[in-house]
Amino acid sequence: MEAHSEVFVIGLTVFFLACIIGYYVVWSVTPALHSPLMGVTNAISSVIIVGAILAAGPQGFEISKIFGLIGVVLASVNIFGGFLVTYRMLSMFKKKTKKIKEKE
Amino acid sequence: MVAILYLISALLFIFALRGLSHPESSRMGNILGIIGMIIAVFTTLMFKSVLSYYEIGFAILIGGAIGSFIALRIEMTALPQLVAAFHSLVGLAAVFVAAAAFYDPVAFNIGNVGSIKIASLVEMSIGTFIGAITFSGSVLAFGKLQGTISGKPIVFKFQHAINAIIFLIIILLITLFVINQSPTLFWTIVIISILLGFLVVIPIGGADMPVVVSMLNSYSGWAACGIGFTLSNNLLIITGALVGASGAILSYIMSKGMNRSIINVVLGGFGGEQDGSSSKDNSDKIVKQGNAEDAAYIMKNADSVIIVPGYGMAVAQAQHALREMGDILKKEGIEVRYAIHPVAGRMPGHMNVLLAEANVPYEEVLELDEINHDFPMTEVSFVIGANDVTNPAAKTDETSPIYGMPILDVEKSQSVLFVKRSMATGYSGVDNELFYRDNTTMLFGDAKKMCEDIVKSLSA
Repeated sequence: MEAHSEVFVIGLTVFFLACIIGYYVVWSVTPALHSPLMGVTNAISSVIIVGAILAAGPQGFEISKIFGLIGVVLASVNIFGGFLVTYRMLSMFKKKTKKIKEKE
Repeated sequence: MVAILYLISALLFIFALRGLSHPESSRMGNILGIIGMIIAVFTTLMFKSVLSYYEIGFAILIGGAIGSFIALRIEMTALPQLVAAFHSLVGLAAVFVAAAAFYDPVAFNIGNVGSIKIASLVEMSIGTFIGAITFSGSVLAFGKLQGTISGKPIVFKFQHAINAIIFLIIILLITLFVINQSPTLFWTIVIISILLGFLVVIPIGGADMPVVVSMLNSYSGWAACGIGFTLSNNLLIITGALVGASGAILSYIMSKGMNRSIINVVLGGFGGEQDGSSSKDNSDKIVKQGNAEDAAYIMKNADSVIIVPGYGMAVAQAQHALREMGDILKKEGIEVRYAIHPVAGRMPGHMNVLLAEANVPYEEVLELDEINHDFPMTEVSFVIGANDVTNPAAKTDETSPIYGMPILDVEKSQSVLFVKRSMATGYSGVDNELFYRDNTTMLFGDAKKMCEDIVKSLSA
């Protein structure tokens, strides 16, 4: 119990520090890019795939492994989908002025 | 070694978000995010306990193919639905990971079946609870955004009381679950949480979706955090906190953009105000109606035009025609800029993406506080598919449901052109007195068609 509570406190420390970093980093995001922000956060929140892989890891076909594999599939949809759709959005933001200037 | 690699991955995620502070650095940010994810996945695959590479590889392949297919095919106007759908998957994935940890605690080093550590059980249940709410809430939000389910808020008696009771029941169930670790209780918690997710989103109307989508974004982060605590995994905790904070800030910005408190948002139930008193009888007032040629003439003779797009532009897919109109005006030497209200559209930054898609340079697209003081010096405001965000009643009429909401001061420009399908009120149900002003011209019709007609008249 002692050991676990220590782990928990470390987790909590990390959690609060990460919240503070998140707070400042997100406020610095320009409002024009709020949609891509949602795309990226969506993709990175699927880092939950780490847990799914651990569950899917053992050999055999226990129920927990099935759950893990489903988790891997769901998280992968998000990772690929999230990063790709963000890429699409951001590449639209880039062309811009350059092209127009070239035309003129 | 593992901890270091996870730390690098977490740092890359932070830089990915940091990159979004400017469009120029944003693409690099996205790439850093991808690298971070690759590191996280491969680090986990290196674990000694992870042996079934084929199954996992296959699962990633299936998921990746589906995700890529959807992301490459999706129309930019359908972005809000897509994001909602993706959120639901994160929530569901969290539930499955929690379930896996419950059935095979040894794999996660949190105890044995039937004697899982109490703290882990609590963290697990919280992760499951938030994950399940995120899942069902997002499914419903998806339905409302897609139009499969009516966007109208569904309100019934004792709504909040019922939600509160369900919440208490869930806490009770979690307590029991922690004590006897029964699988039945675990799944009961999942099912009731799913139910609560539906109930929380049901009373929220279509135009309030920007807040809901951001809120669910936040929830998906907290769900990841809950799982991170269960697995004592700092990477998950950090990433979850980043996403949670991001979603929370976006919800705050959005609700501020509508002058609603964040508590009001979390409880749900807004968007249902059908205040009869505010819809004053305007039937005898005169509306000046115009056509595309009038609009073309007015804008051609101006020095500066500010375009105010709203959800109506997205619905009509009018962004390309609108940009074409803007280009012609610019060639005539007219200054053309775009003004974006924080809650325009159905998700944060929705209008910016659509305008970017139509190749509008982002320097011409300005936020409310950047451009609002320029309206008095502007000759023409061209409002396309927006309504409530321009309504002066938000400043003057204390009885109005939208009172206090920050608005774009189009009323201060010399003339206002409104592209609308009909005289119908906006989402808030409040009549817009601007429609009846002398310097306002109403252009009735489909937004896209109207822009195309204006382009024709301008080039004629």
